Amino acid sequence: MSRTQPLVCWFQECHKDSVPLVGGKNASLGELINAGIRVPPGFAVTTEAYRRFISQGGVDREIKDALAGLDHEDSAALDQASSRIRGLIESCPISTELEDHIADYYRRLSKICGLPASPVAVRSSATAEDLPGASFAGQQDTYLWIRGAEGVLEHVRKCFSSLFTARAIAYRIKMGFAQEEVALSVGIQKMANAFTAGVMFTLNPANGDRSMIVIDSNFGFGESVVSGEVTPDNFRVDKVTMEIVDKTISKKEVYYTLEPAEHCSRKFTLPKERQMSQSTIDKDVLELARMGKIIEQHYRCPQDIEWAVDKDMPQTGSVFILQSRPETVWSCKSSDKPPETGKKKTAMDHILSNLMMGKKLS
Amino acid sequence: MGESKLKFPDPHEVEKIPGTEGWERMFPYQYPFVTDDPEREQYEKGMFWFYDGLHYPEPIYPFDIIWDEAWYLALSQFNTRIFAVPPVYGVDHRIINGYIYISPVPVTDPAEIEARVGHFMERAGYYYENWNKLEGQWVKKLEGIISDLEALKIDPLPELEDKSVVMEGLGKSKGYDLLHAYDKLIDLGLLCWQYHFEFLNLGYAAYVTFLDFCQKTFPDVPLQRVTQMVSGIDVIMYRPDEELKKLARAAVDLGVDDIVNSGKKFVEVKAELENSPNGKEWLQAFEKARYPWFWTSTGTGWYHHDKSWNDDLDIPLASLCIYVDKVKAGKPIERPMDDVIKERDRITDEYRALLHDEEAKAGFEQLLGTARTVFPYVENHLFYVEHWFHSVFWNKMREVAAILKDYGFIEEIEDVWYLKRAEIKEALWDVVTAWATGVKPRGPQVWPQEIAWRKGVMDKFREWTPPAAVGTAPEVIQEPFTVVLWGVTNDSLKAWAEVDAAGDPDSVNQLTGFAGSPGVVEGKARVCRTVAEIGQLQEGEILVAPTTSPSWAPAFQKIQAAVTDVGGVMCHAAIVCREYGMPAVVGTGHGTSIIKTGMTLKVDGGTGKVIIVER
Repeated sequence: MSRTQPLVCWFQECHKDSVPLVGGKNASLGELINAGIRVPPGFAVTTEAYRRFISQGGVDREIKDALAGLDHEDSAALDQASSRIRGLIESCPISTELEDHIADYYRRLSKICGLPASPVAVRSSATAEDLPGASFAGQQDTYLWIRGAEGVLEHVRKCFSSLFTARAIAYRIKMGFAQEEVALSVGIQKMANAFTAGVMFTLNPANGDRSMIVIDSNFGFGESVVSGEVTPDNFRVDKVTMEIVDKTISKKEVYYTLEPAEHCSRKFTLPKERQMSQSTIDKDVLELARMGKIIEQHYRCPQDIEWAVDKDMPQTGSVFILQSRPETVWSCKSSDKPPETGKKKTAMDHILSNLMMGKKLS
Repeated sequence: MGESKLKFPDPHEVEKIPGTEGWERMFPYQYPFVTDDPEREQYEKGMFWFYDGLHYPEPIYPFDIIWDEAWYLALSQFNTRIFAVPPVYGVDHRIINGYIYISPVPVTDPAEIEARVGHFMERAGYYYENWNKLEGQWVKKLEGIISDLEALKIDPLPELEDKSVVMEGLGKSKGYDLLHAYDKLIDLGLLCWQYHFEFLNLGYAAYVTFLDFCQKTFPDVPLQRVTQMVSGIDVIMYRPDEELKKLARAAVDLGVDDIVNSGKKFVEVKAELENSPNGKEWLQAFEKARYPWFWTSTGTGWYHHDKSWNDDLDIPLASLCIYVDKVKAGKPIERPMDDVIKERDRITDEYRALLHDEEAKAGFEQLLGTARTVFPYVENHLFYVEHWFHSVFWNKMREVAAILKDYGFIEEIEDVWYLKRAEIKEALWDVVTAWATGVKPRGPQVWPQEIAWRKGVMDKFREWTPPAAVGTAPEVIQEPFTVVLWGVTNDSLKAWAEVDAAGDPDSVNQLTGFAGSPGVVEGKARVCRTVAEIGQLQEGEILVAPTTSPSWAPAFQKIQAAVTDVGGVMCHAAIVCREYGMPAVVGTGHGTSIIKTGMTLKVDGGTGKVIIVER
């Protein structure tokens, strides 16, 4: 890697080609931002930063030592090596240069969010070639509601160390990947302090209609919707005309919001007078649908999206996309279909079969 | 499914109107429902008959039933005998108290359906493949019979035959010619209706298939969005209206708009225009536009009283003046075609992009292409047949009537419509043989009193409200017309049944129809039973009409929504509203009888609901 590689960079500076530098998750956030999607602001600590961190103070040599001659089936030895390396990484001080960079970006992020010390999520963002399978080592390391530069630095190191779980080490030995060449990026992103949140499908999950967008929402964080603890408000938006065609407001008894003392998400009972009120206003529903449509076009397949309306950030527009992944139920259905073996259907075939079927009346 | 089966009255138990006993003799003998033939009665009970209000918003006259018989034959023969549409035969017809009921007849034997498939694929396939060529031939055929019709002479009977009969050795009389001309007139009418259905069922089948394909692929898509993908295609339907707009602009350009728009009758306007060169120039343009475009009917063209613009030039003049006002106010009068096409292409691209597998993509392209190919015929045939041909035809019949009047068979020319066409033929024989023999015909002693009685019966029919449907609703309707044209679906049937059950029209606050064109508006209702009433429309009102036709076009310049009693997504009001981007709810069944002028309505063209907000 050349000296010009940055140690940190804003999400909006990340794109598809920067996966080796910022990992898949951060790159994809950058892609979304550049496609016009609002995601909570944040920045990436790059793989270059990781490499500098590892080479400083000789951590790289220690890792090499610890891993020398390891058998990927010897789990006791793997565990031992893993805890030795992880302890080392988590206790190794970060250089002033790197600390300055990360702390500076964190302060700037807080300023953007208009908060003295913005709560953030710290997540590892793996580079694709290291971790081919889904939900593999390190990928799921996420630390929520972290505040202050100290806390951020500490959790960045925790993410770095997640590269060396026993499973990850064993996997690389088995696959013949060089241990010293692996690298990891970390994403630091503002925690959405959700006034309301939920999920969005860029098709109608009830019937697979791709011309519809369906949104579920409740007050507070999205947990109550994702877990199915409440019957959320439900909106159906026509993807072609971008109109709300259907809206069901349900009785919502609980919601999750920030517990101010401990700074974490807690379940509360929703005050009676709010239980039947619409949790997301029409304008935000339409804004979400607009973003859902862009995301789907960007990834070229229906998406299952988590979103939130952030009460901290009304000045920049407060509807945010937290996560987007391919929708699997209906999307798989169509690709599972066996390829057509017979001759191609003509318009006449369609007309005939339509006539044969007729119109059902009950 | 069984529980929700909709109940409609037994056709044999529909109320008889006192004082109309014997009405059956006014119509072909096979039309009334019968109880003296157990097999036929059982068949009639088991079938589903719905009121054809689309064509007959009022009771039918004994003569006017000619077009019903004509399409009864033509539609049915093409389905059953010519193209062999596998699961359906024709559409059966009946009459109750002067109102026509129709019923699609299914093929029930699976083996027979199977056997018809091969024929259908070959025969219908040939038409779809050669559509444009065959449609070109069709236009020539129609122009041919219309010119035969226009050339047909209905001469009065002379005291003494012209000498040429002798000198040229013609060997026949004007008496024979009259009988022959009447036969020819009727024959041209029936032939015209043969051609009318040459393409129509196939056109609708292709169109419906595209609609269904889209609704299967996108279960939530509103029907009118799908029809929008086939909109913006140039069709004749708009041509008469376009001519009026051209004339309005010409009037302003030539500086004769004050004369044209003086509120006077056409004859006076014409006399005044003849005083100036610019006026003459405008009159020339007016004459040029009249043939054939002013043969557009002010109704559906199905009734003899549906006058064409050519029959009453005050009608197009009044519409033209609406446009003159707009032009002078600097307002646009052109149809927003570019916008319609742009929006059509935009949504078509959007839906196309949402199709994921290759098979769906191929199906969409093929069916969209076919739907767009058939669409112009589906629209254009109306001008040729219902408007142009019919308008000329009614006037030829009036020439026949004039002869009957001369001989005292009828008191007024317009009385002729109270006779069946076979009765007219008999009466003409009576006239001709009496004329030939030099004696008095029998007719004057027979027909005037019969006609007086029939008029009374028709008045009683008019006061009666026909049920939306009778008989037994089936689970499946396969006849392609029934759904698209009449809007017969599960939902519309349910809504019809509900209103029927409610009884008192004043207790109904909501009507359900077909979502004809999307959008929601609230405004004052204006009920217009005929096109003559559209002059009363105020800017921004909601038009409530039995049905609309091209001559209603100027109304759409003023209104903000339309509600009709009959019609599906392909009816005139729905198509025009989609083009203008205003909401329409069509096929409400009872709109004009429940809604009163001045009521405040909320029209939701997306869901097909009309709510009476304020009485």
